[in-house]
Amino acid sequence: MTIADTRANTRANTFAQSAVLVADREVRMRLRSKAFIISSVILLLAVIASIVAGSIFGASASSATTRVAVVGDSAALTQISSLEITEAGSVDEAETLVRAGDVEAAIVPGDGPTGIRILALDKAPGELVQLLSASPEVTLLEPAAQNSGLAYLVGLGFGIVFFMAATLFGTTIAQSVVEEKSTRVVEILMSAISARALLAGKVIGNTILAFGQIVLIAAAAIVGLVVTGQDALLGDLGPSIVWFVVFFAVGFVLLAALFASAAALVSRQEDIGSVTTPVMMLVMIPYFLIVFAWDNDLVLTIMSYVPFSAPIGMPMRIYLGTAEWWEPLLSLLIILATTVVVVLFGSKIYANSLLRTGARVKVLDALRG
Amino acid sequence: MLQIDGVTKRYGDRTALDAVSFAVGDGRLTGFVGGNGAGKTTTMRIILGVLSADSGVVRLGGSALGPDDRRRFGYMPEERGLYAKMKVAEQLVYLARLHGVSRRDAEANTTDLLERLELAERRDDTVESLSLGNQQRAQIAAALVHSPEVLILDEPFSGLDPMAVETVLGVLHDVAKQGAPVLFSSHQLDVVERLCDDVVVIANGQIRASGSKQQLHDDNAVRQFELLVASDAAWVREMPGVAVLDFDGGYALFEADDDEAAQGVLRRALQQGPVASFAPRHRSLTEIFKEVVK
Repeated sequence: MTIADTRANTRANTFAQSAVLVADREVRMRLRSKAFIISSVILLLAVIASIVAGSIFGASASSATTRVAVVGDSAALTQISSLEITEAGSVDEAETLVRAGDVEAAIVPGDGPTGIRILALDKAPGELVQLLSASPEVTLLEPAAQNSGLAYLVGLGFGIVFFMAATLFGTTIAQSVVEEKSTRVVEILMSAISARALLAGKVIGNTILAFGQIVLIAAAAIVGLVVTGQDALLGDLGPSIVWFVVFFAVGFVLLAALFASAAALVSRQEDIGSVTTPVMMLVMIPYFLIVFAWDNDLVLTIMSYVPFSAPIGMPMRIYLGTAEWWEPLLSLLIILATTVVVVLFGSKIYANSLLRTGARVKVLDALRG
Repeated sequence: MLQIDGVTKRYGDRTALDAVSFAVGDGRLTGFVGGNGAGKTTTMRIILGVLSADSGVVRLGGSALGPDDRRRFGYMPEERGLYAKMKVAEQLVYLARLHGVSRRDAEANTTDLLERLELAERRDDTVESLSLGNQQRAQIAAALVHSPEVLILDEPFSGLDPMAVETVLGVLHDVAKQGAPVLFSSHQLDVVERLCDDVVVIANGQIRASGSKQQLHDDNAVRQFELLVASDAAWVREMPGVAVLDFDGGYALFEADDDEAAQGVLRRALQQGPVASFAPRHRSLTEIFKEVVK
């Protein structure tokens, strides 16, 4: 057998065909990596677990009853559903029940204006006191659309998912760029396809992976909420989850291009950290902002328009109901425009740095070519 | 025919290539020799288009090369490299497809090549698990898997054991036999001398010699002769028109002003006694190279 037997009917790939081939390899290689599969499964389980835990704690908190002993007339108290009442013959008997731990507190006749006294073991039973207190009626003039504790968790959720996915796949794409440089295979690749097609394929491949993971998590979250009977929460959260997915898709392309261009500047895996740190900051700052300033309107509004934090900020504002209908669209336009600019500069840096192995390439040199 | 025409490349104020021109004929194995930093790798990268020249042009069959033509090139970079964690066959199919080969042909080519290079049973092993020699074979397969019409190989024999050199050589001859121009660089001048049809010598970014191997030898021929006789050969020094370069008992290496002076030495030697050998001395490529690059 000779080489003459091999076939030679080749035709030039288009840019798109080359990019698809590269993207296809990125996806296949990643899906084969055990580390990737395991980390995805863990992230998914964490989301499901938090929803299930939320449903369990939510249920136990609302159904918790307080056992009390009552001396005297208990008719008025039986209407309070969260009280489990034990009738006691005398104050002494009630005290014994409290001391034995059979009940958490006892309600006995008292001398004060309320006419009752509460006996408890070592601390005042706050919940019971509140139940028995008369509170004035409150009318809120500007009620918050969402429960604030929940809003914090939702913001944290968006923040964590975006942060995790961006760092996970950002690091992945950086490693894959440096792998090609450090193994020198990049020179063969560049003799076959253009550097831009290579970059496009990498960004597309990793975006598909990241996006797939996010859709999976979003789907798990929605199914989880429905199955555990928290549909009400879903109604509030649904639109913001959908917007989150949309913003994530665009925002991730932006980050992926940044990670790839930054990584192209170095030739060894151990140097990745030094060049991707600034990009990592762009991912971390929005995360910390949402953790510390989730209830600050001004911060959230700014966040929802800055391209790097919009994927967290805008869905959060949609959830809180503080965004007008056109705001996500405008923010999306800003993020798209930024992505185009970054991809243009990024691909230039990428193309000019790929063959420079050894010392770290300076950004300005890479832009000049 | 692949023509490199007036290619110049500068890095800052350093001129890496200075108006480099030479040609690689169809079906000719052309050796590209030069010291470290002479400009071999830069030239090859410019031919492949992974590096752009400041001026000058590379032509194939008379027309300037564009990006679309370069996918017909097979390239083995000096810096070896394949995806370490990818399987050999899978990787070759991928590289062939990047060059525009259909999936079916890419798979058929891969199978053929792996068999030819005696790598068939390692096709599903990752590249990093191969021995160094087998990695080199895989690298050569990567340069050939898309049935290239031109081959550019940077130091293809470095790191190969003698058996592998023969295998690779067979493959290169096959490719050349189909009419492909084959350019390869090497430090091993003895290998180049044995294998090549043509030789190009580069030093300090300038082409010092290029042409057929025979031509190179003829151009740099010297009138040197070696004589081996049974008795002492000291008398050679007294011969007219002759300068002795080396002398040891019955052996003498001398340079003659013309053929007549050399024949005179032979006649005298025969008169003196039996002559074991008398021959013009061919200089090795190494010697010529040293002189040419000076």
